[in-house]
Amino acid sequence: MNVLERPQAKAGDPPLTSPLGMLAELTHRCPLGCPYCSNPLALDSRQDELDTVTWERVFREASALGVLQVHLSGGEPASRRDLVDLTAAAHAAGLYANLITSGVGLTAKTLAALSEAGLDHVQVSIQDSEPASADHIAGYRGAYARKRNLAAEVVRLGLPLTINAVMHRANIDRVSAMVELALALGASRIEIAHVQYYGWALKNRAALMPTPEQVARAAREVEELRQRHQGRIVIDAVVPDYYARYPKPCVGGWGRRSLNITPAGRVLPCHAAEVIPGLEFWSVRDHTLADIWRESPAFRAFRGSSWMREPCASCARRELDFGGCRCQAFLLTGDARATDPVCHLSPDHELVADLAAVREDAPYAYRR
Amino acid sequence: MLFVSERVFKADAIAVEILKRCTGEATFATIVDDLAAAFPAAPRDRILTDVTALLRGLRDKRLLEL
Repeated sequence: MNVLERPQAKAGDPPLTSPLGMLAELTHRCPLGCPYCSNPLALDSRQDELDTVTWERVFREASALGVLQVHLSGGEPASRRDLVDLTAAAHAAGLYANLITSGVGLTAKTLAALSEAGLDHVQVSIQDSEPASADHIAGYRGAYARKRNLAAEVVRLGLPLTINAVMHRANIDRVSAMVELALALGASRIEIAHVQYYGWALKNRAALMPTPEQVARAAREVEELRQRHQGRIVIDAVVPDYYARYPKPCVGGWGRRSLNITPAGRVLPCHAAEVIPGLEFWSVRDHTLADIWRESPAFRAFRGSSWMREPCASCARRELDFGGCRCQAFLLTGDARATDPVCHLSPDHELVADLAAVREDAPYAYRR
Repeated sequence: MLFVSERVFKADAIAVEILKRCTGEATFATIVDDLAAAFPAAPRDRILTDVTALLRGLRDKRLLEL
């Protein structure tokens, strides 16, 4: 890698770091309809997707910029016919390639080809430990069985497997069963990923929100599971947003550690950033990744801490959680520069408890 | 660098020396002996503690099969 290509900050700007991780949303197409999908409500269409050679260039530019890991995601990345070529390109660029898949629409044959192409890791989502409930949540009959088969195939090929378990009111009582399932499948890691309320999840918030009792019980169970299974499986879990005291350090700070590329090529500081009005996103069709990282207005908007207001501006945790999530601040308060209301120091913190109390067993609005 | 999904662990100089010796065939005792020979200034029990701590930590992160 050429050190001279590393980004340099302009005078007066906050220090410019190299991104470490890149989420490559190869497509928004997906056979599943999960009601908490993190994709935007307005999905990119197939004809707007970047072509193979553009992605290949983006992977090379990402590596030169300092990116170490690329997450091949979607939608369902296997909806792309060129997934093997794209994986090979990421590997050739020197990136650690992680496939984030639903496990549906990915055949054992394609998986073997991906492994051959240099894939380093696979993450498979599982909607519930109960097959009928899992298929209901995914909005796809037979999804659970396909996922189990694909996960077994990942392990058979010797690829490290992470199970991604998105938790919400309908399945959070089975957190222990989910961990047992991940162990049975041979996963080395499970993400207990509580729903985060953006995109489709925000639309379905009242149907997904767990009760405080459920959240407390799940936290206790996770602690016990960690002790019981230490050395057998890594359990990653954080307190769900609306029940937390401090906000999450969203994407490790805006424009500091990671970037996200939409199927159509827009480069975002995080996958939800397009909800914030007035931000100007640049596309890899028009600019190099290094220029976008350094210069694009969207990345500059909340980089560093000069945009902060009180209580963030003078807070001791300013460099720990960066004021939380800009998208959540906007979605809940209407002001993207406000303190993330998840923080108990936010003047709007009461709002979060009020919203968490709104729970209604309405049918899901599936992502379609 | 050690990679797992969504994480990167940067090995320090000591960890690198230990990991270089984890061939998949060398036993725990061989690794400690070899380090003791390569770094005569380091007390052997310190080496033992360091190797144990690193390997246990990596095992718990599922980065290493013991």
